[in-house]
Amino acid sequence: MRFGVINITGLVIIWLLSSYTHKHQPKVLTFDDFEPHLHLQNDTTYLVNFWASWCTPCVKELPAFERIGEEYRHQKVKVLLVSLDFPKQIESRLLPFLENNKIHSEVLVLNDPDANKWIDKVDPAWSGSIPATLIYQMGDRTFREGVYTYEELKQIVEQKIK
Amino acid sequence: MKKILLLGVFSFLAFSLVVGAGYKVGDKAADFKLQNVDGKYVSLADFDDARGFIVVFTCNGCPYAKAYQDRIIALDKKYKAKGYPVVAINPNDVDLRSEDKLEGMKKRSDEKGFTFPYLKDAKYEVYKTYGATRTPQIYVLEKDGGELVVKYIGTIDDNYQDASAVKEAYLANAVDALLAGNDPDPNSTKAIGCTIKQK
Repeated sequence: MRFGVINITGLVIIWLLSSYTHKHQPKVLTFDDFEPHLHLQNDTTYLVNFWASWCTPCVKELPAFERIGEEYRHQKVKVLLVSLDFPKQIESRLLPFLENNKIHSEVLVLNDPDANKWIDKVDPAWSGSIPATLIYQMGDRTFREGVYTYEELKQIVEQKIK
Repeated sequence: MKKILLLGVFSFLAFSLVVGAGYKVGDKAADFKLQNVDGKYVSLADFDDARGFIVVFTCNGCPYAKAYQDRIIALDKKYKAKGYPVVAINPNDVDLRSEDKLEGMKKRSDEKGFTFPYLKDAKYEVYKTYGATRTPQIYVLEKDGGELVVKYIGTIDDNYQDASAVKEAYLANAVDALLAGNDPDPNSTKAIGCTIKQK
């Protein structure tokens, strides 16, 4: 009986926790599940930025992506921040980072350790260092390994949404 | 519009040149002389008995680089005895990353018990010559007569998170292939890593 009560309490706590974290937690995807985000066939311009909260140049660059996302929120432009944070550090590091920096763009976590199998599928020019960004509208694709400024992003977005 | 396109073409060309500047598998690699954490200068020519080298670009701050340092120690212990010692190089600009100064490197080397030289690329030239873009990044060199030939470029294995879950030990397989007289396959792999920090 006592076991049953503990069990039910436990389940309720798990349920409460999971419904709480569900709202706040970015999706964690393998590359196969993530790959369609690189090939969406519609007239939206996607800015797909590969980053991590421990990567200093990535963190410096984030405000530029946030600003673009905000500025073009009524147009067909979407920023997707693909975090390569370690899965063990989602709770302890990534979530507090997103909260403290008030990140509004959509964030998902790519958890697929054998990057050799998928880096070329993002872009063959990518050697694997971050930050790296793919900006695309269907077949019109621009890839860079390295940091973008806000002005550079704006120029590319303007060119693609025309 | 045309200007933007031209700009795009130019930056692509510039990028290709930068990328193309480093070594590819089959290229001859240059020796170097860099300061070790013990203060002495080290060259590959100092290793008379080596059959080749596992050159590792690594650093003190990058979580990916750090996650692999225990495995690098294990690889050094295993392959030094077979003629392929590890030589680690820290290429990060110390003005941007003060922990990557020689003192910080010595501390890291002592803490982890590095069994290999940990050298500072103080003029930031060696990593450029090799074409390294990130930490960690590995170049396996084989001695061929008086030359050093690049035989493998890339990552250590297929799981930075968990050494016990590794299915493909790319680097160990590459060195094993060389020891058996074969060319590594694959001879080039990619991995996520930290950009080498330069102004």
